[in-house]
Amino acid sequence: MFIDFFFELRRRKVPVAAQEWLTLMRGLALGLHDSSLDGFYRLARAVCVKDVAYYDAFDAAFLAVFQGITRDSLILTEELMSWLTDAKLKESLTEEERELLRNLSLAELRDLFRKRLAEQRERHDGGNRWIGTGGTSPFGEGGKHPTGLRAGASGGGRSAMQVAAERRFREYRSDVVLDVRRIDVALRMLRDLGREGAPAELALDETIDATARNAGDLEIVFRPPRRNRAKVLLLMDVGGSMDPYAHLVSQLFTAASRTGRFARFRSFYFHNCVYEAVYEDARFFKAVPLGDLLAQSDRDEKLVIVGDASMHPAELLEAAGSLYFYTRNPTPGLEWMRRVADHFRRAAWLNPEPEQYWGQTTIQILGRLFPMFPLSIQGLQNAVRHLVRGGAVS
Amino acid sequence: MDDSFDRFQGTASYITSEPLRHAVNVALALERPLLLRGEPGTGKTLLAHHVAEALEMELLRWHIKSTTKAQEGLYVYDTVQRLHDSRFGDGDVKDIKRYIKLGPLGRALAAPGRVVLLIDEIDKADVEFPNDLLQELDVMRFQIAETSEEIVARERPFVVITSNNEKELPDAFLRRCIFHYIEFPGPELMRRIVHVHHPDVEDKLLDQVIDVFFGLRGVPRLRKRPSTSELIDWIGALRKSGVDLKKIGGGIPFLGTLLKTEQDVELVARGKA
Repeated sequence: MFIDFFFELRRRKVPVAAQEWLTLMRGLALGLHDSSLDGFYRLARAVCVKDVAYYDAFDAAFLAVFQGITRDSLILTEELMSWLTDAKLKESLTEEERELLRNLSLAELRDLFRKRLAEQRERHDGGNRWIGTGGTSPFGEGGKHPTGLRAGASGGGRSAMQVAAERRFREYRSDVVLDVRRIDVALRMLRDLGREGAPAELALDETIDATARNAGDLEIVFRPPRRNRAKVLLLMDVGGSMDPYAHLVSQLFTAASRTGRFARFRSFYFHNCVYEAVYEDARFFKAVPLGDLLAQSDRDEKLVIVGDASMHPAELLEAAGSLYFYTRNPTPGLEWMRRVADHFRRAAWLNPEPEQYWGQTTIQILGRLFPMFPLSIQGLQNAVRHLVRGGAVS
Repeated sequence: MDDSFDRFQGTASYITSEPLRHAVNVALALERPLLLRGEPGTGKTLLAHHVAEALEMELLRWHIKSTTKAQEGLYVYDTVQRLHDSRFGDGDVKDIKRYIKLGPLGRALAAPGRVVLLIDEIDKADVEFPNDLLQELDVMRFQIAETSEEIVARERPFVVITSNNEKELPDAFLRRCIFHYIEFPGPELMRRIVHVHHPDVEDKLLDQVIDVFFGLRGVPRLRKRPSTSELIDWIGALRKSGVDLKKIGGGIPFLGTLLKTEQDVELVARGKA
């Protein structure tokens, strides 16, 4: 059962390795789990999970594996009993836990319930054991709200199962959350450090060398400080199908354009597909011919395209495909895109569309030209990694 | 090792949640570094101080800056001083030991008893920094190359590491740590925390203040949400000035103690209007 839990964690992409597992076993042998499921939950989480982004996946895995155990007022199965001998469950709630329970408003509960429903459908499709054990979930017993939650807890106090079931850390999942700060952190890795410019930093080792060579007479050596040499070109799809993601894209823009981050940062807009020009403003007044842009761009600049890559296939594949009838473009959009892709050594496409819709024709075609990443923290990190090091795209 | 598992129970002036106490005790028992993350102002750094106080151990602090190197934590060989001394004939230049200065990690390992070592804001340093510490944190010994002296810890120090999530820490490093994410305190825990700092605050005032505070934190798209220390400052300001909190509906007095950017102040003002 415990090994099942280990693989369940790994299946849910929680990066847990044998070393942590052995540590957990040592912890259990030392009795650090307090002979209770609660204690086990806390011990396992502290040892196995190293990022709050994975707390939610941990909760989900914990539920999936140990769900059945809490049935019938938390009667533990024999296998678990052999580990958690003398299982003592907490009799009473602490003040703060009680407060937490009280604080779940009806709206929050409904929200949780809705999420749970979505989860269960997913599990059911996967053939997991979620359905059928729903009786332990405070939400499964339809129609009960806050009191219902407390009723669910009546077996042995607020158990780990309820903590897990609450999935409070959902909002920390790295595949979901994006705010300016987190984007900032992800972008921070996009760097190419080098020493350039005026020597302003004392080079201690060289100073000592030079002084020694100078027979002990102090000789001070300076060197230029390290600076980020990365240049970034950002192309953003705006309008139309991108409207729902406007806030997300503006956050990415805010983070990327903070001064001093990159040696050079430029951004342009386009609608659906890049044709013969891109635009300096989001209302498409100031056009910059694509040829000029490419001519002014270093091949080593990192190209980041943000867009849903979703459009009518004709907009991408046929001549005069642009949405704007007054632009004459005898060259199909795909050809322009290919020129862009050929010019830059490193490019990444960030797509805010959920990955399950990436089967679409135009996403498929553009995905072959540009390595495509979901616009999430995880996706952004992978994109940055790709931009810095290149190599295989997962 | 002490026999009882629940060694750390918090101190009178530091309120902890149960999961955090549990994490501390797990780390103590397993002799692994404890890695703490959480929003600023959740008391990550303070924890080390209070663990040291509660367990009556010495606390060694190592505040990490962007330029900190792992080697500095062990020891620094002050070549410039030695060069200087040799030039002006001060002191015994032949004795290299005089120019070896132990860093915080070095002192923790050389200490006669068990100490608490705080490595504060580890993510400020270069991305490779945690990896450079791996070996020493694992074996708890190191060698001073200049004197071939080896320093071996008599007792493994209790290492508390805090991080603000600014950089991803390497997996190899993470695998060796016990991790705890300090959640932002809920209203009930917050009341207890406020009571520690303002023991004689009236309940009514506290109710209102906590309401406003969590209301503010709930405003979407704030650039920087107010944290515990700001709440405590704010209460201090309110009490000193004697502003009547019943007028809170008309605007929040001393908003500047809670919100630190113009955009946030504007955002909240617009929300009120």
